[in-house]
Amino acid sequence: MSVAATGAAGRLPPRMGGRSPGLFLKTRLPTILALVLAVMTIALAPVTPAQSQTTRIQRVVSPGGIEAWLVHDTTLPLVAMEVAFIGGAAQDPADKPGIASLMASLLDEGAGDLDARTFQDRMAEKAIELRFDASRDMVSGSLRTLSENTAPAFELMRLAVTAPRFDDEAVERIRQGQLAGLRRRMNDPSTLASLGWSATAFPNHPYGRPVAGTLESVPTISRADLAGFATRTLARDNLKIAVVGDIDAAALGPALDQMFGALPAKAQLTPVPDVVPQGLGTTVVKELDVPQTSVIFGGIGLMRDDPDFIPAFVLNHMLGGSAFSSRLFKEVREKRGLAYSVYSHLAPLDHAALILGGTATKNDRTAESIELIRAEYLKLLTDGPSAEELEDAKSYLIGSFALRFDSSAKVASQLLQIQIDNLGIDYIDRRNALVAAVTLDDIRRVAARLREDPALLFSLVGKPTGITPTAIPGAQGG
Amino acid sequence: MSAVMLIAASLASNTPARAADVAEFTLDNGMQVVVVPDHRAPVVTHMVWYRVGSADEQAGKSGIAHFLEHLMFKGTEKHPVGEFSQVVGKLGGQENAFTSQDYTAYFQRVAKEHLGRVMEFEADRMTGLVLTDEVVLPERDVVLEERRMRTDNDPAAQLSEASQAAMFVNHPYGHPIIGWEDEIRDLNREDALAFYKRFYTPNNAILVVAGDVEPDEVKKLADATYGKVERRAETAPRERPQEPTPRAERRLVLADPRVGQPSLSRAYLVPSYRMDKPDSVALDVLAQVLGGGSTGRLYRTLVVDKGLAANAGAWYQSTALDATRFGVSVSPRPAVTMEALETALDEAIGTLAKDGPDAGELERAKTRLVAEAIYAQDNQATLARIYGAALTTGSTAEDVKIWPDMVKQVTAEQVRDVARRYLVPARAVTSELRQVAPQPTNPQPASQPEKRS
Repeated sequence: MSVAATGAAGRLPPRMGGRSPGLFLKTRLPTILALVLAVMTIALAPVTPAQSQTTRIQRVVSPGGIEAWLVHDTTLPLVAMEVAFIGGAAQDPADKPGIASLMASLLDEGAGDLDARTFQDRMAEKAIELRFDASRDMVSGSLRTLSENTAPAFELMRLAVTAPRFDDEAVERIRQGQLAGLRRRMNDPSTLASLGWSATAFPNHPYGRPVAGTLESVPTISRADLAGFATRTLARDNLKIAVVGDIDAAALGPALDQMFGALPAKAQLTPVPDVVPQGLGTTVVKELDVPQTSVIFGGIGLMRDDPDFIPAFVLNHMLGGSAFSSRLFKEVREKRGLAYSVYSHLAPLDHAALILGGTATKNDRTAESIELIRAEYLKLLTDGPSAEELEDAKSYLIGSFALRFDSSAKVASQLLQIQIDNLGIDYIDRRNALVAAVTLDDIRRVAARLREDPALLFSLVGKPTGITPTAIPGAQGG
Repeated sequence: MSAVMLIAASLASNTPARAADVAEFTLDNGMQVVVVPDHRAPVVTHMVWYRVGSADEQAGKSGIAHFLEHLMFKGTEKHPVGEFSQVVGKLGGQENAFTSQDYTAYFQRVAKEHLGRVMEFEADRMTGLVLTDEVVLPERDVVLEERRMRTDNDPAAQLSEASQAAMFVNHPYGHPIIGWEDEIRDLNREDALAFYKRFYTPNNAILVVAGDVEPDEVKKLADATYGKVERRAETAPRERPQEPTPRAERRLVLADPRVGQPSLSRAYLVPSYRMDKPDSVALDVLAQVLGGGSTGRLYRTLVVDKGLAANAGAWYQSTALDATRFGVSVSPRPAVTMEALETALDEAIGTLAKDGPDAGELERAKTRLVAEAIYAQDNQATLARIYGAALTTGSTAEDVKIWPDMVKQVTAEQVRDVARRYLVPARAVTSELRQVAPQPTNPQPASQPEKRS
């Protein structure tokens, strides 16, 4: 869980991404962490509160035909908006990873008539928070403003997505920030373990490349690369919008046209092939002189639109999704004290179905930890859970769904993810019934599917003893 | 991130309508209660805060506050190990706990109808904990792994730990919350129980409930649960050895082959909100003026105008019982020497201390801080944390409420004045994270490509 500003140590780690990036703005998430974060969102999406949510969600279609989902709530004088342009870092050319990420960081660094300084001043003067981020499959934007400032906030959003300037000064400055972030993480064990996993699992595929780029690629990105990427990937047909707070449908409709109406009608996305992770059953090791080995593991999971996704989601909860009662938590941490953090989650990317997980354990017990993880995964797939274990998991997943909806920002994120996953505006009302309906037979069926290829790829960074690597990390080496 | 830290570190709150809703009362056994109603979703955040943290540990037992926090999940006479977590899980609740220098807190987030249930369990473990070596010893290994993950695997974290130790020469804020490794290894069941019996008692605890509930309902449930727990210790005043007036500038260097990006960070010894409200609020504004994102003075000067730094920021930890830290940090661009960057940093700070912020900077900083207090109200768990942290560090709910108004009243002269008085070399610990060429164990360049990012 997150931590007081004093750096308090918690009973459980934040599930993913570790600590805050530090004191700097414009820091970027490490590559696969970005992947992993995106993925957590997906995993958390299928959840929501009791009855009345759907009735509160309005589908707003602007006069110009732009759609947004809105929850109108006047309790607080603020508006939260989340947007996503499908595409993301998977659209980066093979020889220049990092374009999507750098572009996203530059959208609020000068647009239209406003240079970077003026743009940032406009935000600061009204305490408008606007930021963009790239992940594997999308570029997302997040806006938060006091409702009295929606007009200037929407104008800044319009400028950012329709008229980014990519001035030389800003490009160079943000590039330097991105490079500093890459250098800061270049020997970070968990970052390297993630990068090593991706590079090994997806050679010659966009998912194998670092979202934030590399120390070699980022310096080569030109203004033309950035502007071209924006023109091709920021469009109306790949845009999803969610709005929550003190604004009604009548006001939002025209505002949507104002913000997004000038975008091209269609994005020009390069098709990304579906892909199956490679290297399953192998262990890659990158030696680093640290006392603890960071471990990322993963294998074949299920796509989000797979009819068995929900049973698989419940299955993963029992494996490594549950904070205090998952099998991995009990075996690796509670019984043996091998690690502080151990987890797994389903990671349905747009073009790859994954189950991913991680841990960190001292070098001389790494072999034991990864053997346990492998064994527990196979055991759950082979023997299945007990009826009681399944009921407990379902009970948690059903009961906890309301917790995803207790702030404007969280509601907006959920509404956006449901649109991205194409689950329907009534999904929130249907979702708990879907979980409740999962039977032991469903779990056995999905376990049998996962058992068809249950091999896991392990990526290790540290000085683990007693491990024979079966391969070396991918050519990009992180 | 400085914004996030400010919000966590300082205090939030009010649009008047909502601040008025916050209720406070005290149970007969001395346990304080704060209720923050938020009816937007049918859920509650339930937290119990103890007025004890790592700075209350005895010498040689560093880490015991945090270790006990882990052990609090190991069961009681009434509810054996795992039962509480299992019940919370079945109810669809989320739970966790955290430890800081001044407080330790436990929380659950559940649907509102389950509030009474989690209160029963939390009240039970306030005095009913049972520990055996069978559960204590593996958990100590877990904490050692936690320490490796947070600190030992990361040179920047090691330097940060050293900086804190150098700053506090007399006050126990100098040792890490998680503890020194060798001392963690020696902690045992008896240490944990002794600490527990001394500090875990209702008169040393604060209940904070935020969410879809009314104060009357919380009062009824609290009387029936926490109200039944007997006091088992009297609380002594929290008087720790204080920092003497610092006289000498301190400098640290950590050079490590793992460092990819050099950086410089500096912390200054400053008062907390409890110690000096006007100065503290002026320091909040100063942190925002200096480090407020892309419009902050350090970013504008060092990153934008001079092009010396890749990043620059500032932070201030206002929520603390005793003297605390104000920090700045910078990372140089590749061709820039640390000396040149530090000179420019000193100039930027010196100019601000001489002339104060300009009108635009002051207004932006105050607007941002006041807006963040409103943004904080969007999240019931954030609000619960703000109140809990304030009340365990010697502030009151009233202090939380008046904070935005105090921010609005800060003048340019006050900001200049706190910069002048506190951002001086004698109060500073400057830490440099430095690259060194790796010692080649294998001189062949074949292994080099892997070092690339």
